[in-house]
Amino acid sequence: MTVPLLSLQGLTKAYPGVVANDSVSFDIGEGEVHALLGENGAGKSTLVKMIYGLVKPDSGKMLLRGQPFEPAEPRAARADGIAMVFQHFSLFDALNVAENIALGMENPPELRDLAARIREVSETYGLPLDPFRTVGDLSAGERQRVEIIRCLLQDPKLLIMDEPTSVLTPQEVDILFKTLQKLQSEGTSILYISHKLEEIRTLCDHATILRLGKNVGECTPAETSARDMAEMMVGSTLQTPERGSREFGGVAMDISGLSVPAPSAFGTALKNVHMTVRKGEILGIGGVAGNGQDELLGVLSGEVLTDADAVKLHGQPVGRLGPTARRRLGVLAAPEERLGHAAAPDMSLTENAMLTGSVREGLEKNGFLDWAATKDFAERIIKAFDVRTPGPGNAARSLSGGNLQKFVIGREVLQDPDVLVVNQPTWGVDAAAAASIRQSLLDLAAKGAAVICISQDLDELMEISDSFAALNEGRLSAPREAAGLTVDEIGLMMGGAHGMEVAHV
Amino acid sequence: MIRLEKRPQPSRAWSMATPLVAVLATMLFGGLLFAALGKPPVEAIRTIFWEPLFGEFSFYYRPQLLVKGAPLVLIAIGLSLGFRAGIWNIGAEGQYIMGAIFGAGAGLAFYPLEAFYIFPIMVIAGAFGGWLWAMIPAVLKTRFGTNEILVSLMLVYVAEQFLASVSLGLLKNPEGFGFPGSRNLQSWDAAHNAELIAGTGMHWGVVAALIAVIFAYVLLNRHMTGYHIRLTGEAPRAAKFAGVNPTRLVLFCLGTSGALAGLAGMFEVSGPSGQISIDFNVGYGFTAIIVAFLGRLHPVGILLAGGLMALTYIGGDIAQSNLQLPAAAIQVFQGMLLFFLLAFDLLTNFRIAIGKPEVA
Repeated sequence: MTVPLLSLQGLTKAYPGVVANDSVSFDIGEGEVHALLGENGAGKSTLVKMIYGLVKPDSGKMLLRGQPFEPAEPRAARADGIAMVFQHFSLFDALNVAENIALGMENPPELRDLAARIREVSETYGLPLDPFRTVGDLSAGERQRVEIIRCLLQDPKLLIMDEPTSVLTPQEVDILFKTLQKLQSEGTSILYISHKLEEIRTLCDHATILRLGKNVGECTPAETSARDMAEMMVGSTLQTPERGSREFGGVAMDISGLSVPAPSAFGTALKNVHMTVRKGEILGIGGVAGNGQDELLGVLSGEVLTDADAVKLHGQPVGRLGPTARRRLGVLAAPEERLGHAAAPDMSLTENAMLTGSVREGLEKNGFLDWAATKDFAERIIKAFDVRTPGPGNAARSLSGGNLQKFVIGREVLQDPDVLVVNQPTWGVDAAAAASIRQSLLDLAAKGAAVICISQDLDELMEISDSFAALNEGRLSAPREAAGLTVDEIGLMMGGAHGMEVAHV
Repeated sequence: MIRLEKRPQPSRAWSMATPLVAVLATMLFGGLLFAALGKPPVEAIRTIFWEPLFGEFSFYYRPQLLVKGAPLVLIAIGLSLGFRAGIWNIGAEGQYIMGAIFGAGAGLAFYPLEAFYIFPIMVIAGAFGGWLWAMIPAVLKTRFGTNEILVSLMLVYVAEQFLASVSLGLLKNPEGFGFPGSRNLQSWDAAHNAELIAGTGMHWGVVAALIAVIFAYVLLNRHMTGYHIRLTGEAPRAAKFAGVNPTRLVLFCLGTSGALAGLAGMFEVSGPSGQISIDFNVGYGFTAIIVAFLGRLHPVGILLAGGLMALTYIGGDIAQSNLQLPAAAIQVFQGMLLFFLLAFDLLTNFRIAIGKPEVA
């Protein structure tokens, strides 16, 4: 029997109050693409941090080609041929590609030599990249290439990739997969972390599934259905949201010729955005992060004021109205950033229920606040949306991401909006909670509300939207009917490969 | 290894206990400081904290507590509103001076008329003077984005120059034999902010301070404006999302704190101090910043903190004269109080953990 490249044996890691990894064992073979599957909080990140030397296991051992492997720090792991591409990039916007890569090296060569090597590697692996471009000007996909090339320059034996496709358009995903397949054919092993089942089925040889820190099963993805893998991940049968047939009413919200300058140097300007949403319709807005999602939500919620006529509600201009006035008219919103934007972290859930609920729930009379009614409202949200918390007196920051998200969405949905705008409604939320949030959006639309769902999760958008548009560098593509859209078409709406050519490998 | 771990939510017990722990730590280290200066530490601490309240001459010192505490509380309440929202009015001293000048000036315009309406007019003028002075940084901030900390602080020195000018000119006592300073309002019944009950130190400023405490408490806990103030301080983006108008909030917070500081100055000049003079101000506006934080920006806390601060002032004076403690040592002592308070404050949101750090 051949010795696996990396063998994990009984790895355990506990944090106060939670066992992140409980006796996890599996092997990664030479030249194997191994998937690590699991929901948020299943322990995937902790596990790879142990491999990469960022976290020390409490017990268990790792063997690298049969030799004990105990990296004390990432540098030691890198020296042994382990490289990692993180989900969040650590790049300096103001420096160019070569400078960024040099910063991460032990003994960086002359910039000119390094640039030559970057060109060489990028051409070999089909990742075209100009070493002298400023990182701030690169798209998310190109930034990821910088990180990948940084890893490839170390000639790794094992490349760890943490949710690499969450920032990519479908076309960019194709390019990435070609690169990974080439690496694999050269004998590099890849540990691929994701919760997107279809891409694991196309790419990976083997999958290990984690749930609540435990290894709950292994499978060969190509021979297992996505549904079976999902159920192994969640540990129960999945409720697919039901979309009843819906009738669309008149136009609820109408955006025309909307242009807004970028709020900050690294923000995105909105350019000539047009869209309409009808009553009972869910408009899904896709796009890679940082293409104007936050800005669009701000314009719709009233945080950013525009020309009066650029935003119309039932034909009435509302562009000059602030958030409170729009809430009174029935336009509610749930921003992406839960802590600090949708909710105040140190305030209790009751106080956070007041944050958007004061007008429509009648929690305020002549400026005076009715805390008893607010507490009732908070309790109604907690009950209706199954928010796990000891009570409404707890601080928002004490809730897990998924629970707080249920609270934030619930707070808006229970106020019976005419138009609801949500940004990333299920980001970082476990599958069961995500399904219930999506169901609540569908139910809301069924009651006749117009829903605008901004999301980077294409599966989510395809599951719930009636029509689909994509944001790309602050421009919104013309909305199209969602049924029948192919992945290719969606990708092109999202900006295709952002001008990057598919390299022929 | 000792390190700090963030608590999942702020600890209620610690938020109550930190002021007490801070006072105890100040007593301990203050005692060490006094011992190092060759003074009996226990005696010195007892003199500062005990003598004014229960000592032989407490009948004299107790009213002084109200006289010194009232302006501190009045100003600190106003400041705390802004501080809660992240709006930093550091210039209460200037607003206090302007309130005194406007209040005294409005009154002296009627001299020597005896009429019931003079004192109310002075109250309104005093509040207006402080409000006006605070509006300068407020308007500059909202229109041009200037830093209110710098502008309000600078205006303190402008106000001091203004005070010197009116003491020597506009408001100078014509019968004052050429000495700088205004007429003494104490000897003019219509304008005198006299003790309401003789021998207690209770004057209209004390009443105003108590009303301000209740007003601030209701505002912060029961009113939308107070909710918006707290929300802005805790999460500015969430406040914007909730529909808070930042401009209006800045105007409200700076205006209110200016008006209250102006009131404090007016009550002082018409009562305990009696006249406008070059060195009329004694730093209440700056000390009130300490009081606001010592009281954890909470109205009731500020009431207690104002009392405590007044106590260390009076006790400090006694210690200076009885034990020959240097004035600087008393100031260090007061500084320690703020230092320990801010330091222990950390424990509200963090706990001390001993052991190896975890990489999250």
